Amino acid sequence: MLRDIRAELTKQSRRPATWLLLAVAVVLTLTFGYAVPYAGLSGATSGPPGSGRGLAAMLPDAFVGSALGGLPIFVGALALIFGVLVAGSEYGYGTWKTVLVQHPSRVAVYGAKLVTVALAALAAVLTLFATTAGASALVASLEGQTISWPAASDVLTGLGAGWLVATMWGALGVLLAIGLRSVALPIGLGLVWLLAVQNLLASIAAPLLDWVAQLQKALPGPNAGALAAAFGASAPGVEQVVGAGQATAVLAAYVLAFGALGGWLLQRRDIT
Amino acid sequence: MTLPVETTALTKRYGEIAAVEDLNLSVPAGEVYGFLGPNGAGKTTTLRMLLGLIRPTAGRVRLLGAEPGPASLARVGALIEGPAFYPYLSGRANLRVLADHAGVRRTRVDAVLDVVSLTDRAKDRYATYSLGMKQRLGLAAALLKDPELVVLDEPTNGLDPAGMADMRVTLRKLAASGCTVLLSSHLLAEVEQICDRVGVLDHGRLVTETTVEDLRAGGALRVVADPLPNAREHLGRLFGPSRIRLDGTALELDVNPEQAGRVNAELVGAGFVVTELRWHEPDLEQTFFALTGGNPGAA
Repeated sequence: MLRDIRAELTKQSRRPATWLLLAVAVVLTLTFGYAVPYAGLSGATSGPPGSGRGLAAMLPDAFVGSALGGLPIFVGALALIFGVLVAGSEYGYGTWKTVLVQHPSRVAVYGAKLVTVALAALAAVLTLFATTAGASALVASLEGQTISWPAASDVLTGLGAGWLVATMWGALGVLLAIGLRSVALPIGLGLVWLLAVQNLLASIAAPLLDWVAQLQKALPGPNAGALAAAFGASAPGVEQVVGAGQATAVLAAYVLAFGALGGWLLQRRDIT
Repeated sequence: MTLPVETTALTKRYGEIAAVEDLNLSVPAGEVYGFLGPNGAGKTTTLRMLLGLIRPTAGRVRLLGAEPGPASLARVGALIEGPAFYPYLSGRANLRVLADHAGVRRTRVDAVLDVVSLTDRAKDRYATYSLGMKQRLGLAAALLKDPELVVLDEPTNGLDPAGMADMRVTLRKLAASGCTVLLSSHLLAEVEQICDRVGVLDHGRLVTETTVEDLRAGGALRVVADPLPNAREHLGRLFGPSRIRLDGTALELDVNPEQAGRVNAELVGAGFVVTELRWHEPDLEQTFFALTGGNPGAA
């Protein structure tokens, strides 16, 4: 399976779309985590209510939250797109047969795809941490604030949380791609769920219906938001509906469930 | 001796439609076997079942003596339903990826690129390749494992005449090296030139399985003589009326080719003007359409 992982890493690392997705994730995170808040902060003629808190969120000791803020929504969407590309492109290019006649088992090829998604998620989260740390240091310098970094343990647990959330969305992308055997439809449906349905449930249905509010505690998006919120993230979709421990357990269960279901589908279906 | 390819009552149904029905196929080692049939006959479905890409509804497949799976496929190279690669990777990078999946050393890549004469363009992106180059890269991928059995689905699709000739030479070299080749095609001339034996598939059923020579057997002596009706009567008296039939403006005489001299002497001696006398061998196309019930003029 190591050779299958190497093959998969070659495919994805040489794919321009992979780097584009990473660049978009970084740009969006920096834009909404630093550029826009900082512009609002420095553009204000007098100190608006909460402006002190806005600056505090951009300083180095809060960079973990800023790095994780996009994961429940737009970075999650990009991770889902990546997951769809990893598995769905094999249908789009017609390369499942090309790969499988080389005699690797379907389980090995599928496992390599999941490992690749997990490694890419880790690389993406590391990149987000590095860039947000840099941005927070820049803001601190511009504002003459003391640079004070969070504890290493907080950074590491934040990294782990971000990795889990990104991997969960990526695994959902892989599952959708294998379930629907394509690229466009899984991306479309995944984004509708992630960007529209989740928000509608949280902002409209949950306040009105108690069972929807309860259901939120078991859905992937709210749990991703809750985990990010536990590290100080503040963004749309980031809300502490459950504790960090429960969110971690739910997200890990989703990773396993998405992975197992996708593998089962690939194993039992014909490659046409 | 283990047959490289053996199917027993192989069947694949999609709902009510039988794509392949009760197929019994056997390909001996070292043979170039042509799997012939019109589009939609079930050739690709059969090959996919052989390679474990789709599951049979019924029946059994033995590939190099084993069920299709990673163990038996380790000795099989295949190109199914046209080449398919990652367009953003170069030809070489594509083969390296496949070498990893195959568990083959990456150094093997340059060797197979050389076999298909693609070394010069190996660093270019696959998306920039012509159809013929893509086909050659597909063959290179099939050869990565130095296979005992090569399964090729329409391998000359998209190749120009020179490319087709190269492909024939490559396949013959493979066969000469002891590799068994199973290729599907709807191109009769291709099968005629490359294959030792042919299986003709139509509507999912094996219509016949024989050598190319046997498939073409049943030639006749073609005679054009004036006046034709009288010549027909005369030859009928000599050889029997049942052995003569009228084919347009000529007579087809069901005799051995060695009888040509006698036929000529008899006709000339009787005062007929003989303008054509030749051995006419039915081509594979005619036989194919006869077997599959197709209409050569309908296409």
